[in-house]
Order: sequence, then structure tokens, then C-alpha cells
Amino acid sequence: MDRELILALRGVTCRYPDAPRDSLAGVSLEVRGGEFHAVLGPNGSGKTTLVRAALGLVRPVAGEVEIVGRPGQGWSRRELARVVGVLPQREDNLFPQRVRETVLLGRYPHLSLLGGVAAVDRAAVDRALVACDAADLADRWLWTLSGGEYQRVRLARALAQEPRLLVLDEPTASLDLRHEMELFELVRTQVDAHGLGVLMITHHVNLAARFADRVLLLSEGRPAGAGAPGDVLTRDTAERVFGWPVSIGPFEGRPQMIPLRLRKESP
Amino acid sequence: MKYVVLVGAALAALAAALLVGPANLPLAELPGSAIVWQLRLPRAVLAFLVGGALGVAGTSLQALVRNPLADPFLLGLSGGAGLGAVAAIALHLPGPWALPLAAFVGAVGAMALVYRLGLVGGAELDPRILLLGGVAVGALAGAITTAIVSLAEATELRNAFLWLWGGFSGASWTTVLVMLAYAPLPLGVLVAAARPLDLLALGEEPAQYLGADVPRLKRIVYLAASLLTAAAVAVAGVIGFVGLVVPHVCRLLWGRLHRTLLPTAFLTGGILLAAADTLARTVVAPRELPVGIVTALVGVPVFAFLLRRWTVS
Repeated sequence: MDRELILALRGVTCRYPDAPRDSLAGVSLEVRGGEFHAVLGPNGSGKTTLVRAALGLVRPVAGEVEIVGRPGQGWSRRELARVVGVLPQREDNLFPQRVRETVLLGRYPHLSLLGGVAAVDRAAVDRALVACDAADLADRWLWTLSGGEYQRVRLARALAQEPRLLVLDEPTASLDLRHEMELFELVRTQVDAHGLGVLMITHHVNLAARFADRVLLLSEGRPAGAGAPGDVLTRDTAERVFGWPVSIGPFEGRPQMIPLRLRKESP
Repeated sequence: MKYVVLVGAALAALAAALLVGPANLPLAELPGSAIVWQLRLPRAVLAFLVGGALGVAGTSLQALVRNPLADPFLLGLSGGAGLGAVAAIALHLPGPWALPLAAFVGAVGAMALVYRLGLVGGAELDPRILLLGGVAVGALAGAITTAIVSLAEATELRNAFLWLWGGFSGASWTTVLVMLAYAPLPLGVLVAAARPLDLLALGEEPAQYLGADVPRLKRIVYLAASLLTAAAVAVAGVIGFVGLVVPHVCRLLWGRLHRTLLPTAFLTGGILLAAADTLARTVVAPRELPVGIVTALVGVPVFAFLLRRWTVS
């Protein structure tokens, strides 16, 4: 089966007003259905700008964005939300809310102005909750959830949009090991079982190397490497981009990176 | 269910407004009485409409500026309206419509100024600057109003003062019709924005990812809520606390989704203000209290109770 191209960035360059340099310089990227794409790089390397540019919140000064074969500017927010589900890094909870209500927000791009919430919408919410192992949480208040449960609920909301592309911005920051692994496994399952495309920003080089099909390494807004994890994550490149000595070795066929101590301990 | 209760309460509030008054009418005479048809009924209906408008405007503005303390008058509209009204009184503008029109012009002027200030950062409205700009414009208008009042004569001063605290003694079928013709458009716009307003509570960026056209949403909600408030303030003066308290009461009782919140806020605001006006014109009869005083006297304890419940839970 030919995998459909969902998101394409070609030579995208972005610059915020009054910024001394481009936040993103000549970045290209292609995400297809059934493909897990990870974006790696130090703080300030342009990862979040990449997502904003891809989804039309930042207008590139050069290059082009295409989503399912249509130029990025040609999408209304509502249309885009039916194709792309996003887990932003931060969001607020201004007023108290229950889990099911929150997940239902993911159906909003599908609801018509006058129409109510239909059976298909409720079914999509239920499916998303089950897929994220969050069905038990449905009637809980949002503020009673642990960090890991909260991220699963937010993922369920994105899945309730029934998107073809899932974009996640550091979804496992501040999660413990088990919850982090659970989330990565969950996302991988969506890719393999349902053919979703995934674009994930993360600081976890090793997990990205093990779960992602392709990685894009950014350094000061420029692409420092793109391709299969084994090709991109070499010692030279990693040390240059992250600015720290590392050792890289294989584990289950994927590169794993261990940062080194500056001074060798005396024997 | 909640709508049955609310509509029942609304009918009860309107019925009470018709039955009670300084002229002690026997029940049998009520249906044919000019006092009921020409004074009490239009007044009760106007109070209901204004209360509903303030409830809806307050609910939408709280969602827009993402601040639970927002109120329809926080954005400088009361200051502008007050300035317009006091200027009309000081200039002795003639005719029954001079004062409401001047108040409307003042409110819309303040709205335009605050809107322009909200755009200083670029092409998009910044809710934080809207809030600050509203406070600043309100303070400026208040200073000019006080300057005019301090130079005015005693009776003018009293008129201006009474107007500023709000009241429905000037209500007539004509004002009701003006409100009925005017309010549905901004109300409709806000109700149509109900779902995007739910999304906005998550923050501007998450709301966009869930399909809300946030820059446009902010503009139309600000304009619709402000125009609704401008009309309310023009026909009834500055009536505080309805727009602040009603949204919180409704959120507490019926949840935070705006599809439910906006209609319930309309009904609750209407009930509250119709009842408050009945109190305002009966407790010290044959004189009247400004209705804004009644809403504040009732509103502050209710609000304090709610805050306590909130912090406890």
C-alpha cells in the first residue's frame, strides 16, 4: 500500500519580529500515514516553531507547507482540526471540567453550528477513551488526574478529532518512566494499527530512536540531520548539536545515546 | 429540566413585578389597569431584557478575556456611557431620547477606543491589553464625568447620580421595542460563538488546534458583547453585578459549556434584574432606589458565598 503524504514542509524559514536570527531556516519534512516522525534538538532549536509553521500559526517568510496536497494557507482552522490533532505543550483549565467533556471538545470541529452532539460523536469519544486506556477516567474531574492520566486524556481528545496526523509537543515532559513508556507505546499503536501519521517533538533522544521511523534533528533552526534514527544519530552529529560528549551504541538495532561525564573517575 | 425551572422562575418574577407596586391595586382590577399595561409590564419586560443582555455579555467577556472577574462594564463602557449621559444632562439636551442616545454614543466611543488599544500589539486583539485599556479608558471618562458633575447645579447632579446607578423608571413600550429590535443580533452572534468560546478556555493556541478561528472570534465576541452592553447601559444606566455574578452562578449550577451557559445566563440575568427592580420600586415606596444598589446589595453576599464554596471544594 502506498503511504499517503499528509504533511510536507519544503525549505520553510520562519523569523519572529525583532528576532536576531531565523527561528527556522530551510527546514524540509515529509510525514506520511503510518509513519512516526520525531523532531529532536536542544532548547530553542526551533522545534515548536516548526509545529506552528506546519499548522499555520506562524507564517513562513520562505518555503511552503502542504497538508494532504493542499497549501497550508488554504485550510480553515476548522477543516484543519478534522485532519490534524494536536497536543500542545501547555494549555489552561480555566473552569472545572470532567474528562468526558474535555474529550468531547475534540469533536467540535465535526459539529455543525446548529446541530447537537450526535451518536457518532459519542461513539468517537468512547473509542478514543478506550484507545488511550482512559475509559475508567471518563467521569473524573480533570484536576483529580495524575500527570500521566492527564496526558492520556489529552491524547484521547486529539484522537476524538479522528485525525490523520497527530502532532505532539513534548507529551512526556515530567512523566515518570512507566507513564512515559505507556504514552510512546500508545502512540506507536495508533501508527501501526490505524495508519496515523505522527509528528512528535521530544527531548528523549533514546525513546525517539526506538519508537520513531524517522527523526529530524534541529540545531539553531537548521536541519542537522534527517532520516532513519541509525543514520542521523551518530556521535559526531549528536555531540555537535547537543554540545556535550556522548557515547552511542546499538540496542535492539536502534542507536542509544549516553551522555558522558566530563572528568573520568580515577580508577 | 433546568429550562423548565428557569422559565417558571422567569414567569414568576414577571408576575410578581405586575402584582406588586406602590399603587395598591386589588387583584380584580389588575387585568384592565393602565398601571399594569402601561407602567409595570413594559418596565418588567425591559428589566428582564437588560438583565438577560448583561448576563450574556458578562459570560462571553469572561470567556474572552479568560478572567473570571471580567464584567460587562470592566472594559470602560460604563465610564463612556456615564460621560455621555452626564454631558447630555449638563448640556440640557432636550427630548426623551437625548440621554439614552448620548449614553449609547459614549459607550460605543469608549468601546472603539479600548478596541483600538487592544490592537497595539499587532493585527490581533490582546485580551490583557483590552482589560488594561478598559480600566484606563474608564478612569479617563470617570475623571471627565466628575469634572462636569462638579461644575453642575444641584438638581443636575442628582439626576446624573441617579442615572449612573441605574433604573427603569423611564421604561415604556417604546424602549422595550428598541431593545427587542436591537438585542437579537448581538445575542445571536454570541450564541453562535458558544462552542469556540468553550475552546478558548484552553488558551488561544490549543483553541486554534481544535478548530476555532481565534483572531476572528475575539473580534466578534468583543464587539457583540460591547454593543449589547452599550444598549443596556443606554436604556437602564450602569447596573453592576448582574454581568459578574450571573455567569458564575450558572457555571456552578449547569456546567461551563457555553451552549447551555449563554441561554441560562440570559434567563437568570433577566429573573435577577426583574426581581431586583420590583424590590427597588417597592421597598421605599413611593420613592425608588436605583436598581444598581439592589443588585449590589443582593449580589455581593451571593458572590461572597459562591467564592467560599469554590475555595472550599
